[in-house]
Amino acid sequence: MIAWRGSGRLIVWLVLSWIMGSGQISQARGSDLQGPTLDGRIAPCMVCHGDQGRAGRDAYYPRLAGKPAGYLLNQMHHFRQGRRHYAWMTTLLEPLPEPYLTEIAEHFAQLNPPYAAPTPATLPPEQVALGQRLVMEGDPSRELPACTTCHSTHLMGLQPSIPGLLGLPRGYLIAQIGAWQAGSRRAHTPDCMATIAQKLRPYELAAIAQWLAAQPVPPLAKPALDPARKLPLRCGGVGAA
Amino acid sequence: MIRARFLVLWLAGLLVATMIWLSLGRHGNDGPTPPQTPDSAATIARGEYLARAGHCSGCHSARGGEAFAGGKPIETPFGTVYGSNLTPDHDTGLGRWDATDFWNAMHHGRSRDGRLLTPAFPFTNMTRVTREDSNAIFAWLQTLPAVSNQPPANTLPFPLNTQAAMVVWRALNFRPGVEPPEPDRSELWNRGAYLVRGLGHCEACHAPHNLLGAVVNPPFTSTPLTHEPLKSNLVGGWLPGRDWYAPSLSSASEAGVAEWSTEEIITLLRDGRHDHASASGPMAKVVLNSTQWLTSEDLLAVATYLKSLPPIESPPRKAFLSDSVRSAGQRLYEQHCADCHGTTGNGDPGRYPALAGNRAVALPVAANVVQVVMHGGYAPGTVGNPRPHGMAPYAPLLNDAEVAAVVSYIRGSWGNTAAAVDAQAVGRFRRLRAD
Repeated sequence: MIAWRGSGRLIVWLVLSWIMGSGQISQARGSDLQGPTLDGRIAPCMVCHGDQGRAGRDAYYPRLAGKPAGYLLNQMHHFRQGRRHYAWMTTLLEPLPEPYLTEIAEHFAQLNPPYAAPTPATLPPEQVALGQRLVMEGDPSRELPACTTCHSTHLMGLQPSIPGLLGLPRGYLIAQIGAWQAGSRRAHTPDCMATIAQKLRPYELAAIAQWLAAQPVPPLAKPALDPARKLPLRCGGVGAA
Repeated sequence: MIRARFLVLWLAGLLVATMIWLSLGRHGNDGPTPPQTPDSAATIARGEYLARAGHCSGCHSARGGEAFAGGKPIETPFGTVYGSNLTPDHDTGLGRWDATDFWNAMHHGRSRDGRLLTPAFPFTNMTRVTREDSNAIFAWLQTLPAVSNQPPANTLPFPLNTQAAMVVWRALNFRPGVEPPEPDRSELWNRGAYLVRGLGHCEACHAPHNLLGAVVNPPFTSTPLTHEPLKSNLVGGWLPGRDWYAPSLSSASEAGVAEWSTEEIITLLRDGRHDHASASGPMAKVVLNSTQWLTSEDLLAVATYLKSLPPIESPPRKAFLSDSVRSAGQRLYEQHCADCHGTTGNGDPGRYPALAGNRAVALPVAANVVQVVMHGGYAPGTVGNPRPHGMAPYAPLLNDAEVAAVVSYIRGSWGNTAAAVDAQAVGRFRRLRAD
């Protein structure tokens, strides 16, 4: 009888310690996911994308910090699947499991280091004004929507998957929209950005990039949260976070 | 004139080879023809497992394409060959095939229409796969969704694109047949040999290749230095294109595991890393898509076989590092590398590997360490190591002379005695292909 009681107590103790123990383990893993250990794991990103992913050392490497997590994850998929081309990104991302990519995307999305100063426009004022008009109003006669309809009114992007357009180098904007025009950058089908980019004339692209890169980023600006917003075109992958 | 003589010689060789081929006939072990019954769920599951063990996806799944629908470009020294569509699509895949057609491909390297397949498909290894396993793989492939995808035509130049060339190649390099188990070895060892030499086709990378691109087999293998005949051919080899070197699995100074515990070998093949080694480059993909999925019994079998490979002694080396390269290399190392790998190359166990005494760093050829410095990479994200650490690519940051200096410094410091490299040798690795 005593032996039975003893073993019963032992079982209760074992069950309790197992429950508490497993709780401790999951807590430890939870803090590990957000904590400093990830920094060491994404050190390879910083060499090109800068400390905290704030910006690259030249226009080719964009800022990662503060972009919507769904957008960052989509880009990682694009590189892996060959819809975007940069062999180093493809190779680095190739062996990484999906939850890890999500974790990395969410990590960069919640960072908010200061932005670099805007680049003053160099084109004549009327051309810069054309850029501003296309960004804010588009060109309805050519079914060209304003950038603000999707990238949000303050142009800092829309959760979960549309990126901001401010705080990016002019050269990067030109290169990316140009890549969309050439078909060397693609997104999920239907690729609405390709449709839009292919309607832009070269001088319009230059004007848009000049105006966007010259805008200061409002302090603490973040991608907007507006699930009810209707997009003017069907866009693949923008709902997928 | 020379050209004509060459042609005559070539035709004569072809004739002789054809005769050899015909005389050999198809005496290969065709295995018992199985009864045509619906494949059980267990057979199909085993087929999936075996397809992973054979890393079939490595060539038959293309980037951005559907799994096993083919079209992946495989660069060979002779031209580009495209992985075929293994899904059961009727026109572009294996939809019209039966298990015997598949066996003929695996065992004889012959397509359903009798065409001889190019040896980019490692039928010299697949021929060692049993009929039962071949059937199981086929049964599983037939359960995949049919995908219509016609891979591009291979770009092999004449005469390598002819069936005659395939006949010659086979006469010289191929004997079909499942290898019987070695009776004086354990069942575990024989299972390991079957996986390593057959389905796993490890020798496709880890063995030397002859001028025809064929794996060199014992007794024709010999060490590059002593020319002693060897009992194994897993003595190291170049990957096609010579951009990576698959280190010797027989040599303690390269990737030999005779001195490792079986647990360490299993951990590396399952998790992609353990305390003092990790899989990188092409091997990272092998771990990711193949070996991490092996059962613990099969991993133990592979480890048992690999541990038994005849060891090769490497002569001691003494590296010479000039003062100018040493100081340039050290400056770059301290600027870019020391934060993670430590000023004395001692690394940070579990995060960043030690470089002092690191076999992969001090291989006889510098290709792999140059690749890692230039192009970086993450260890494979496996079930056992789902959040791996990685290395940044430095090719965008450092020029060839700088990469050469830092690689030479790493290879010749802290007790490492591997030879230095120069900027010219490094330059050919600068281009990164993401196939």
